[in-house]
Amino acid sequence: MKFAFKILKDFPGYLWSGWGSIAAIFLFIALWDVGNQLYGNLVLPSPLETFKTLWLMLNDSEVITEINITLYRAAVGFGISLALGSVLGLLAGFFVTASMMSRPIVTILVGMPPIAWIVLAMIWFGMGDETVIFTVIVASFPIVFVGALQGTRTLDGDLKEMADSFNLPWHMKFVDVYFPHIFSYIFPAWVSGLGMAWKIVIMAELLATSDGMGASLAVARSQLDTPTALAIVVIMIGSLMFMEYIILEPIKREVELWRD
Amino acid sequence: MERLEVKKLHHHFGFTEILRDINFTLEKGKVLSIVGPSGGGKTTLLHLCAGLLDVEEGSVENSFISSSFAFQEGRLLPWKNVIDNIALGLLAKGEKTAVAVEKSKKIALRFGLEEEDFNKFPKDLSGGMKQRVSFARALVVEPSLLFLDEPFSALDIGLKKELQTVLIEMTAQKEISILFITHDLMEAIRLSDEILLLKADPGHIVKRFSYELPQNERDNKYVYNESAKILQDEEIINTFELELK
Ligand SMILES: Nc1ncnc2c1ncn2[C@@H]1O[C@H](COP(=O)(O)OP(=O)(O)OP(=O)(O)O)[C@@H](O)[C@H]1O
Ligand SMILES: [Mg+2]
Repeated sequence: MKFAFKILKDFPGYLWSGWGSIAAIFLFIALWDVGNQLYGNLVLPSPLETFKTLWLMLNDSEVITEINITLYRAAVGFGISLALGSVLGLLAGFFVTASMMSRPIVTILVGMPPIAWIVLAMIWFGMGDETVIFTVIVASFPIVFVGALQGTRTLDGDLKEMADSFNLPWHMKFVDVYFPHIFSYIFPAWVSGLGMAWKIVIMAELLATSDGMGASLAVARSQLDTPTALAIVVIMIGSLMFMEYIILEPIKREVELWRD
Repeated sequence: MERLEVKKLHHHFGFTEILRDINFTLEKGKVLSIVGPSGGGKTTLLHLCAGLLDVEEGSVENSFISSSFAFQEGRLLPWKNVIDNIALGLLAKGEKTAVAVEKSKKIALRFGLEEEDFNKFPKDLSGGMKQRVSFARALVVEPSLLFLDEPFSALDIGLKKELQTVLIEMTAQKEISILFITHDLMEAIRLSDEILLLKADPGHIVKRFSYELPQNERDNKYVYNESAKILQDEEIINTFELELK
């Protein structure tokens, strides 16, 4: 509670520090406009046109439905990865054998290109929710898993010994000694897992479903509707930036004040 | 009667013999210091006595009702500020948070930490400040037996003396017993009832010195005199390989 309050209190200061980033975004949009003037509307619609299309789309209930479908798939897939990856990663971290055995599996999961998973999933599950959700899980699970594993493996034995010397009860050991350390590894892993999930969901939808934002992107491509395609890209990037900079980063800052 | 009794203690790390045949007894209200060269096994011995390492050979019998440990490297929780670090042991004992914080603040001030340092994380503290926080954390729980592993090594002379005085007051009232490790012979002479000289490779006790005069009556002159005496001791010279030319 105290924590939530502090995050809110520091929020304006954090936003103020974001001027540089906002300037960078505007610079990027300016370059985009230059590109539009060089290559024409078909190849690269102007930012203005794109944002107009975006506005129209956001007011269209059908588009909102598509967005919700995509959000649902990403949320379910990432939610499962988050829960499974965190729990299994922690368990694997606490047992040396388990962490040794899990390494090659993680290497396979990380090394396998997502596109290959999509193909397999299409064969296994057909065209639909399962395929997309499955792909999201296999892509983001290893990231979360490795974060949790590393967090647990790197726990400081000296601090454990200190905790024992003061006879800390188990719940204090967990809350005060283990958790903050593990969290500092697992939280960034969640963030990158989320980014991965969001990218993969679009890709999987584009190839394997007839609804959701990815499918809309496929339709826009077949109709050479570049403004819509770009508007969808803007939605994706915009929502990712919102999650990352407005929600996750302030939490991370507050939680990791103690770090160098 | 509470006491710590160490008998025929041996210890190995792998195939290296670290400690050989250590025997001593620490009675309630006494201060026992262990001095010796770096790498001689002092920290290992203290960890064995505190039950942080398993005893392999020999015995350690500890009948003190409570104990706490101040580690050589501080071992503060990096994600907790000064006060929360000090309060850790109190909270573990089941003290109420408000009381624990109050006590922690009081002892922090007494140890020369300032109000503005209270919310700092360990990364923003100097080496000496970390040592004081670690020392405060061990002392604030009012243990019956205190294990101190070179708690003052990073402090300036003034602070060192102040904290030594705190310990001397406490031992004068027989509140606390201390097993103390130090490099500093003068410090050992000021504080101890008994000093054990631990020689390295493997660590074994080569000499014991006892001091009868109560700690609070030992003045600088006494400490200097005793130090001068002890520095001429053959064993001390050999142990620390002092070259007196
Ligand atoms: N966990 C361990 N595993 C293997 N060897 C160890 C371990 N801990 C300490 N040693 C070895 O034991 C010996 C004694 O170490 P110890 O830390 O007890 O010395 P010390 O007397 O406290 O030295 P200092 O005064 O420098 O603190 C050293 O040679 C060290 O390398
Ligand atoms: Mg040591």
